[in-house]
Amino acid sequence: MSAMRLQITGLEVSFGQRKVVQLAELGLAEAEIVGLAGDSGSGKSMTTLAVLGLAHTVGATVRGSIRLGGTELTTLPARDWRNVRGRRIAAIFQSPAMAFSPVFRVGSVVHRALRLHGMTRAEAGDAAARAMRQVLLSPGLLHRYPSQLSGGQLQRVAIALALALRAEVLLADEPTSALDVTVQAEVLELLRELRDRDGMSVLFISHDLAVVAELCDRVAIMQDGRIVEQGPTSQVVTAPTSPYTAELLAAVPRLRAGGAP
Amino acid sequence: MIEAPSPLPPAAAVLPAGRALRRGLRANPLLLAGAATSALIVLAALLAPLLASFPADAGTATHPFLVLHAPSARHWFGTDNVGRDVYSRVLYGARVSPLIAVIVLVIACVIGIPLGVAAGYFGGWLDEAIMRVTDIFLAFPPLLLALALAAVLPTSLTSVVIAVSVTWWPWYTRLIRGQAASVAGRPYIESCRALGLSRLRIIARHVLPNSLTPLIVQVSLDVGGVILTVSALSFLGLGAQDPTPDWGLMVAEGQNYFTTAWWVVTFPGLAILVTAFAFTLLGDGLRDLLDPRRDFGR
Amino acid sequence: MTVYVARRVALAVGVVAGVIVLTFLIARAVPGDPAATWAGPHASAAQIAAARRYLGLDRPAPVQLLSYFGGILTGNWGMAVHTHRPVLSDLATAAPASLELVTAALIIALVVAVPLGLVSARWPGRPADHAIRAGSILGVSMPIFWLAIILQLVFSQRLHLLPAAGEYSPGLLFTHPLARLTGFSLIDAMLTGNWPMLGSVLLHLLLPALVVAAYPAGLITRMVRAQVLDTIGETHVQMTRALGFPERAVFGRFAMKLAWNPVAAAVALVFGYSLVNTFLVESIFDWPGLGSYATAAISTLDTPAILGVTLFIAIVYVVANLAVDIIQAAIDPRVRLR
Repeated sequence: MSAMRLQITGLEVSFGQRKVVQLAELGLAEAEIVGLAGDSGSGKSMTTLAVLGLAHTVGATVRGSIRLGGTELTTLPARDWRNVRGRRIAAIFQSPAMAFSPVFRVGSVVHRALRLHGMTRAEAGDAAARAMRQVLLSPGLLHRYPSQLSGGQLQRVAIALALALRAEVLLADEPTSALDVTVQAEVLELLRELRDRDGMSVLFISHDLAVVAELCDRVAIMQDGRIVEQGPTSQVVTAPTSPYTAELLAAVPRLRAGGAP
Repeated sequence: MIEAPSPLPPAAAVLPAGRALRRGLRANPLLLAGAATSALIVLAALLAPLLASFPADAGTATHPFLVLHAPSARHWFGTDNVGRDVYSRVLYGARVSPLIAVIVLVIACVIGIPLGVAAGYFGGWLDEAIMRVTDIFLAFPPLLLALALAAVLPTSLTSVVIAVSVTWWPWYTRLIRGQAASVAGRPYIESCRALGLSRLRIIARHVLPNSLTPLIVQVSLDVGGVILTVSALSFLGLGAQDPTPDWGLMVAEGQNYFTTAWWVVTFPGLAILVTAFAFTLLGDGLRDLLDPRRDFGR
Repeated sequence: MTVYVARRVALAVGVVAGVIVLTFLIARAVPGDPAATWAGPHASAAQIAAARRYLGLDRPAPVQLLSYFGGILTGNWGMAVHTHRPVLSDLATAAPASLELVTAALIIALVVAVPLGLVSARWPGRPADHAIRAGSILGVSMPIFWLAIILQLVFSQRLHLLPAAGEYSPGLLFTHPLARLTGFSLIDAMLTGNWPMLGSVLLHLLLPALVVAAYPAGLITRMVRAQVLDTIGETHVQMTRALGFPERAVFGRFAMKLAWNPVAAAVALVFGYSLVNTFLVESIFDWPGLGSYATAAISTLDTPAILGVTLFIAIVYVVANLAVDIIQAAIDPRVRLR
């Protein structure tokens, strides 16, 4: 495979003596969606925090290598993170209602973030409005508080923010789990567009193998902090080599019946 | 402290023991310091007659030739305006306002807990009536109500005890009411009732033990506050009278000579500060240890 | 929002009514004969009887309560024995100085406490955190009457850095007399451009304000720390980190914004507490506010004045809490949209 945009090698995340993530290898190419699937507690979310350089905020330590383009992230000094977090790597989280502070208008967070990454006031306004239209939302919604928006709308705002920041890599941590099925489908469609139109690389983290199979180009299956299997989606879904994958697949009736889309 | 009732800790987590306790202590040096100092103050109060260099000076003794002597090897904290040893009086002071604080807190609990249990467990109009009355008492800053009462009652330590107790009980009623209400609504209480257990037994067995942890924390946090309140009343001349070696009163008396004899004011005030500080550290640490989710300002 | 405000106001009115009843009950708890006290030590039986009629003490208790209630509502708060003036006008004269003192103290407390609380929350368990926590507990454990005397001793008696007592230098009475417009010395000095007076009042205000600030500073520091630690683990805070905001902004702007509501509630609380704490401080610094008035009333056993101050502060306290509740509802969309 050609040079990966995001390349994780020998990543270890641990709380004291306890290792919660031991990731031998995981790559993310340009314009690719890679699924990271596994049960809750398998270390998926800790992997996200490690990539964002935020594992220490929950008291975890990180070893190994995470390369973004030519930049090694695990040893990146705090002041250089400013040019990575938000600018090159964006993230969206599981519960969109929780991802926005209840006491700020959503637009205020969007604006501040865009201006933080070097836009002027006018540029930030334009970029935010354009991104909102791209995710099929009225820019007027930016003036509302999170409690005045639905979960689906908030998740779109989060995606719009990643768009406006023109991030290279989007970490999507269970972005659809808290949404109902129709809204979920819309968000998945949006992620595909991000890949196809903007060339964004998405690490899609989910416990729901059905969604992963539907969306991702490649899949990595995670169990107890390790990747037990990875490969092109169709291959993993139709011919799993690991018993754990088979077990996960068995829990998804749609896939067994219809195969990969 | 004005807050929604917090969910109860699981019964097993009420008192950490052994390793958990030691780990908690190590993580919180302030608790350790508070506990040690509080213990020293209690010891000082108990052993005052042995530790004081001039035990008689805690009483009516006067020494016309020793008036306002600066601290020395003989009089560690100097002497006051009638020649009494300030060190001895400060030691004996540990028997005055801290003891009053304990009495006040006991009375406040004795009044506050039954009312809180009644309000929380039975609910309805009784709850409404009790809580509206506490609202009125809580509409006064604590020192204000205590002060107004102490000012109109005859000047004595008994009046201080009454005034501060009347001020303090509604806090416990509130606390216990929240706990009792959340316990009373639980399924296992229903089954206790179905089993025919009497109300008193249910309250004694299930409601009170569950309320104990937050109560212990609150009472220990309040010791410092009550000592400060009592000292403030004494300072204003509304409590202990000379020759009682009360710290607040000693500060008030020393105030008249403070430009020439700083020690008369300084040491009793330091005693108030150290005592209130130690007990508050203790209460604060206990809260972190026993009931980490609660935090409030008062 | 309207319903919410109406309900809060109704509750507050009920509480104030209860407070009036309670002060009435306290007044009746006075041992001895208030009429005899009123008439003075050398009064004859007839004079005492006249005083009793004058004070309305010859009527049945419920009637007395009603007329007391009516008096409070119509501004008749009784006569202060030690000043021989109506209590309410005494309070109106004394209140501005205390409100200035307490406001200055709360400003000092906020300026000190918010950054300290944030530092403490940002590095929990570190030495700085332990030191700040110990310091905040020291603040709430401070016998402020003692602190007042010590600071006065150190800063004015020994170091001669700050004036010991009074509201301004007496000499200014002749060179730059203060024109009374609002009753608030600082505001009046500013309105009339009396800069020497303004400077003098500020200088005299500093020590008492520092002393009164001890308790609120300790309380608010603890509050900010606890609140920020509470929100810092939430997803939206992680989100701001993921967006690249530096830790300073994550704590100071995003986490702190959520902490402001409880902090505002705490400020209303300590506003009331601090008004009472002026009782312990003002007479030491000879600051002509409610505290000096109250201590004079206490030392002369002036019951109407004591109860007047008590009632006044209790009402201010209830109103301050009500105001914060309503302001919070106006600011916080979660409350407003309810």
